[in-house]
Amino acid sequence: MRLEPRQVLAADGTVIDGREPDVSRMVARYAAMTEARLYDRKASALQRQGRLATYAPYEGQEASQVGAVAPLAEEDWLVASYRDAAAMRFHGYPWQNLLLTRMGDERGGHPPEGVNVTPPSITVGGHMIHAVGIAWAEKIKGTGAVALTMFGDGATSEGDFHEAMNFAGVYGTPTVFFCQNNGWAISMPRSRQTASATIAQKAEAYGLPGVLVDGNDVLAVEEVVAEAVDRARAGEGATLIEALTYRVRGHTTADDDRRYRAREDAAGWLGKDPLERVRLWLERQGAWDEDVQSGLESQASGLIEAALAEAEAVVSFSAGEIFDAMYEEPTGPLETQRRRAERSTRWA
Amino acid sequence: MGVMTLAQALNSALDMALDDPTVVLMGEDIGTTGGVFRITDGLARKHGSERVVDTPVAESGIVGAAFGMAIAGLRPIVEMQFMGFSYPAYDQVISHVARIRSRSRHRFTAPMVIRLPYGAGIGASEHHSESTEAIYAHIPGLKVVVASTPENAKGLLLAAVDDPDPVIFLEPIRAYRAARGEVPDGRYVTPIGAGMLELRGSDISLISYGAMMRETMEAAHRLVADGVSVEVIDLRSLVPLDADMVVASVRKTGRAVVIHEAPLTGGYGAEIVALIQERALYSLRAPVQRVTGWDVTVPLRLAEHHYLPSAGRIVAAARSVLEA
Repeated sequence: MRLEPRQVLAADGTVIDGREPDVSRMVARYAAMTEARLYDRKASALQRQGRLATYAPYEGQEASQVGAVAPLAEEDWLVASYRDAAAMRFHGYPWQNLLLTRMGDERGGHPPEGVNVTPPSITVGGHMIHAVGIAWAEKIKGTGAVALTMFGDGATSEGDFHEAMNFAGVYGTPTVFFCQNNGWAISMPRSRQTASATIAQKAEAYGLPGVLVDGNDVLAVEEVVAEAVDRARAGEGATLIEALTYRVRGHTTADDDRRYRAREDAAGWLGKDPLERVRLWLERQGAWDEDVQSGLESQASGLIEAALAEAEAVVSFSAGEIFDAMYEEPTGPLETQRRRAERSTRWA
Repeated sequence: MGVMTLAQALNSALDMALDDPTVVLMGEDIGTTGGVFRITDGLARKHGSERVVDTPVAESGIVGAAFGMAIAGLRPIVEMQFMGFSYPAYDQVISHVARIRSRSRHRFTAPMVIRLPYGAGIGASEHHSESTEAIYAHIPGLKVVVASTPENAKGLLLAAVDDPDPVIFLEPIRAYRAARGEVPDGRYVTPIGAGMLELRGSDISLISYGAMMRETMEAAHRLVADGVSVEVIDLRSLVPLDADMVVASVRKTGRAVVIHEAPLTGGYGAEIVALIQERALYSLRAPVQRVTGWDVTVPLRLAEHHYLPSAGRIVAAARSVLEA
């Protein structure tokens, strides 16, 4: 079985097959990816300052994340992992929520009503089946909404991947499986996760289409996801997409990737930067210059700083408040413990 | 009012639950076949295979998919064929089902029921006789209830379906057909978190739940015949626990025996004993005893009678407490 990755915008910023996109759309994607990269670097910096706990950077994966959610309608669901902050943000999950969670406050996990994005999954792979169940529910309810789940190459080694793909295949749920194959699962290269030539081809065994895409090409990602969403909405079932991309930074801010990969490992990928190719294209259209760049950056920084100020203004839980969200109505035994916890703070 | 087996009472409750269009049943062989214990018999035919769903053999997938459905507004009821086959799904239960409300501060919830046929005494194969309720009771965010009679099986199951939080629902396999009793017609709920005083007395409290209620009641009747005034509590709900009922009883009797078929160490009985010493120590006139399964792998058919607490063992424990 041989799959070629779909590509629309080459690394040098030229469009393949003359399918020239709309300038305003490209500006919007470039603005989103710029904001995503600024957030990622800001979050890493905040972690070093002790203002965030561990952070999982996604630099290099902006096209995959922005492109994957661009075709989603507001009522569609996103069920993503801890490295997918940009995708979550561009499907409506506010930066301040993402920051708040990383600061260590559960209230970050409460996006506004109407935002169909679940809090990031920290376990690897356990969330894929949730997107099957959610999509199944929407199918039963007849809403037409679909669910897209994001996960990494490492997650495909979990048994959960098999069960999720299998259920989606058997029940024809409107689910889009979006794998960001960024080459590394902490220290383990993709070659040690599976002997399969591609992850996309695993779809075949579940009776589903598998699609390979250049994950650093925002237009190609958007195109293949749009096709998968259309299939799902039309009642034709799920799709597995493997986006080929690269995790430029370590696994998290607590990781030192020099222990397991040589600097040369990144060399080929840095020339395929997802932002740079869009910038080159825009520049050729006369839609990019240094002023445009600084305008986009200052606008994005403003948003991120405002979100940070909002997150940092949240007063952390009192001892009693940690009991507030275990059940809809607190149980008697839990209320007893709450009173004891509130009293015990006197001896802290 | 009619006489039903516990299995029939559960079937009746599920049938009523399906009147709510958001309720979906999922499990292995539950549709066409009606489940390995026939608890869902006839329900697929009546309510459709879209709502009484036969699934692939994948416990984690079943619970994970049901969890997704619950997030998106349905109320799934999942059947695990045996408690001993629920462990592949334990990751979904502990990592997601139990904590989504906390993780999202009420934004997303998992109103779902996981039905677990449990317990020994039917001479089944390995893994078919488990009673591992303690590993569920230990996880914050879950409710854990155990049926013991046809009447409370129906009421507790309907309460579990109505509950806005995930409920682990234990069904005593041994009592499915052995337990028969009056079951009220129509819809009613047995409140979760409330124990049941099965017998009032003043000399000793016997505290148990689920399948062991049969042996516990038999032991109580033998003691009563000998002139002992016995109080019997069916906990029915392990989480949340009706602590006040246990404490009030032991304050009155000053003596207690806690009975379950699960192994001793780390079993739920330890929680009851700890509660008694915290809140009723000065009422005690003898050390509290536990009558439980042993800390051994549940024996297969020919030796399981050595494992399961018998009425005789409970009576002996009660005697030692009464004579202490």
